[in-house]
Amino acid sequence: MTTAARTVPPSLADLASRREPPGITTGPCKIEADHMDFFYGDKRALQEITLKIRPNVVTAFIGPSGCGKSTFLRTLNRMNDIIPGTRVAGKVLIDNANIYAPGVDVVALRRQVGMVFQKSNPFPKSIFENIAYGLRINGMAGNKSELAGRVEESLKQAALWEEVKDRLQDSAQALSGGQQQRLCIARALAVRPDILLMDEPASALDPIATQRIEELVYDLKRSYTIVIVTHNMQQAARVSDYTAFFWLGRLVEYDRTDRIFTAPAEKLTEDYVTGRFG
Amino acid sequence: MKPFERVIEWVLFLCALLSIGTTAGIIIVLAVETINFLREVPLADFLFGVEWTPLFATPRFGVLPLVSGTILVSAIAMAVALPMGLLSAIYLSEYAPLTVRRVIKPILEILAGVPTVVYGYFALLFVTPILQSFIPGLAGFNALGPGIVMGIMILPLVSSLSEDAMRGVPRGLREGSYALGATKMQTSLRVVVPAAFSGITAAFILAVSRAIGETMIVAIAAGQQPRLTWNPKVPIETMTTYIVQVSMGDTPQGTLEYRTIFAVGMLLFLGTFGLNLVSAWLRERYREEYA
Amino acid sequence: MSESATVALADQAAARGIRRRRAVDIVFQALALLVLVVTLGALAALIADVWSDGFSRLSWDFVTSFPSRRASQAGIWHALTGSVFVILLTALIAVPIGVAAAIYLEEYGSRSVTARLIEINITNLAAVPSVIYGLLGLGLIVRMLGLGRSVLAGAATLALLVLPVVILSTREALRAVPKSIREGSYALGATKWQTIWHQVLPMAMPGILTGLILALSRAIGETAPLITIGAVTFVTFVPDSIWSPFTVLPIQIFNWVSRPQVEFQTNAAAGILVLLALLLTMNAAAIWLRDRYKRKGAA
Repeated sequence: MTTAARTVPPSLADLASRREPPGITTGPCKIEADHMDFFYGDKRALQEITLKIRPNVVTAFIGPSGCGKSTFLRTLNRMNDIIPGTRVAGKVLIDNANIYAPGVDVVALRRQVGMVFQKSNPFPKSIFENIAYGLRINGMAGNKSELAGRVEESLKQAALWEEVKDRLQDSAQALSGGQQQRLCIARALAVRPDILLMDEPASALDPIATQRIEELVYDLKRSYTIVIVTHNMQQAARVSDYTAFFWLGRLVEYDRTDRIFTAPAEKLTEDYVTGRFG
Repeated sequence: MKPFERVIEWVLFLCALLSIGTTAGIIIVLAVETINFLREVPLADFLFGVEWTPLFATPRFGVLPLVSGTILVSAIAMAVALPMGLLSAIYLSEYAPLTVRRVIKPILEILAGVPTVVYGYFALLFVTPILQSFIPGLAGFNALGPGIVMGIMILPLVSSLSEDAMRGVPRGLREGSYALGATKMQTSLRVVVPAAFSGITAAFILAVSRAIGETMIVAIAAGQQPRLTWNPKVPIETMTTYIVQVSMGDTPQGTLEYRTIFAVGMLLFLGTFGLNLVSAWLRERYREEYA
Repeated sequence: MSESATVALADQAAARGIRRRRAVDIVFQALALLVLVVTLGALAALIADVWSDGFSRLSWDFVTSFPSRRASQAGIWHALTGSVFVILLTALIAVPIGVAAAIYLEEYGSRSVTARLIEINITNLAAVPSVIYGLLGLGLIVRMLGLGRSVLAGAATLALLVLPVVILSTREALRAVPKSIREGSYALGATKWQTIWHQVLPMAMPGILTGLILALSRAIGETAPLITIGAVTFVTFVPDSIWSPFTVLPIQIFNWVSRPQVEFQTNAAAGILVLLALLLTMNAAAIWLRDRYKRKGAA
């Protein structure tokens, strides 16, 4: 949080040579990246990412297209493992355990770290089955009434219950875009993660649906650690407590949201949030 | 990974491996009996002999009559299928309005789906009599009738594969030609077809392979008289017909006659396999050009 | 002065050239249309010929009788039941193996060298003449495995024959399932097999079934491989187990066509009509499935 750097625009080389990570280093830590690099084959997409994400807050990742924010998000639940040829160097720790250590159970990790995608992807099944699926495969289904109870609980958490409680057997694909996205959130919440990753969850939705999602995020952070990628800076300012700004695969600045948007330490950050590029 | 997942992956892998097993099985079965056959009949006699009479008192094992029969019928079939198939492909790919395409394509699919026994019936009892009415000296069993019918059967294959090849040619090439004032036909023949050349050649080669391997049309309509000739008006026998003919009889295992069908089968397999490899290689090269 | 004359001459030549090229273009189109008419005509002639030859012989008696030396009493019941029996058994063998192989190639192994080799091999197998499969069946299944000239041997041979087609069409159906569904499943903590079994396979099922029906409709018309493994041509019973000898409809047709008497040829034509009716039903089922799949999957 140095203010002296404002007079001379730093180059990327300057940022790279810094000793300490450009962000908050004290306080409780739920997710931590430690000098993490990410490669697609030979191409390095993320470089020396180091930051600590606090529990029970909303952290936003912002930056122009292609800056690596979504890629970094996906490393947090090892979703990039599905893409052949990817590689991670460095560490990513959740609750102080490196999730990229050999022998880590990726399947269990993904239950603990839920994800909501940019384009909602409900399964071609009924609303009920969409949520029951996650419970069943994780052995959390219990008997019929327990299952129904858990489905209801998740739908309530996602603020969707009132709208669908009478048509749980209808196909999920008959819902509107905003409802489908809330269904996907309910689906993710059903398996009781403690972290929720959201990759531009409202970018395909109209303003009213977007607003409902944002309200939901605000309510959910009491019980979950939420990381949200967004290209909409106003959304980041509205919704998040902390913001990380990425550029060309590097973490440029990471701070409390109000500081990022009113008095950023880096010129690059200031240029981006004032709309000078990106 | 849970042990269950690993077991599943292995089971799936073994099922996929079965296809290699099939190829291995084909090669082994053919090779074993062919080698046994060649112990009694010298290879040169087999490959270059001109008389095929393995079931006679004084048997002769020269396979050339069967090969010539196969080539004769296939050549006639190709003479029908290649030009007509290519023309059809050009028309469908460059000219035909959507309504025409929607009618023609299903018809071609139907043609390709008719069982070969039905074509054999058609060749023997419809096409040959018609041909006989204006070709003097055409025997009841001959190479011409089944050849023509086989050509019609293979035409859809040539047409659809060639059309795929032509569709792979980027629009930019066509547009460049039109912009110079070329007609559709000139563009098709001088720009699109040459650009799709390796793809079309791959299609042609595959069609030849199909014709060579065809059995029932010739078994029904071409006759069972192995004859080294290029005359399409007389009965002949193809390699495939011979295999079927012997199988219908009661040939005990381990006899020389039994082994002849494997030797002929081996020759057939090598021929079609070679053609298929060339066709696949050409198609790969074509895909690299325009991918 | 001379310049405009040159231009005028050039214009005339160009105009003549264009006219000539347009004429050629029209001739070409006419030729192409002629080709299509001939093709259409051939198909029409085939159907008309078979219909006129065989329609009179079609009757319930014909379908349910057994063959006989007397053409007027011969029927196709044994061959029809044999065909249905063999095809069902073929499906039973080919589906699990083919779908499993396709799942492996599409979901697990898509980049390894072994998988690529298997793919090339399958494409080659799809182009091997069917009579060679008959020889494989004869040498391997009938003799070596000792299954004899049974329904099981016939079904196993046909299963090997249609396996490449089943694998290829299943792979296409699997490929059509959007990546987002798989990702959504993984993100919930599902394993690969859970994702395949609960999400991918059910979504791909209509496509798989369509491909299977089309493969089977090819198999039901196959004659050469079954003759080669020794399907008997004069059978007077309905096959009662997977070990019994059998015949199929195309073989019976072949048998009748090979006889010189006109009555038997009439029988052959009638048999062909039944075979074509069977094929029509199967293909109609496949098309209906494909349409239903398109409507459902359009989300």
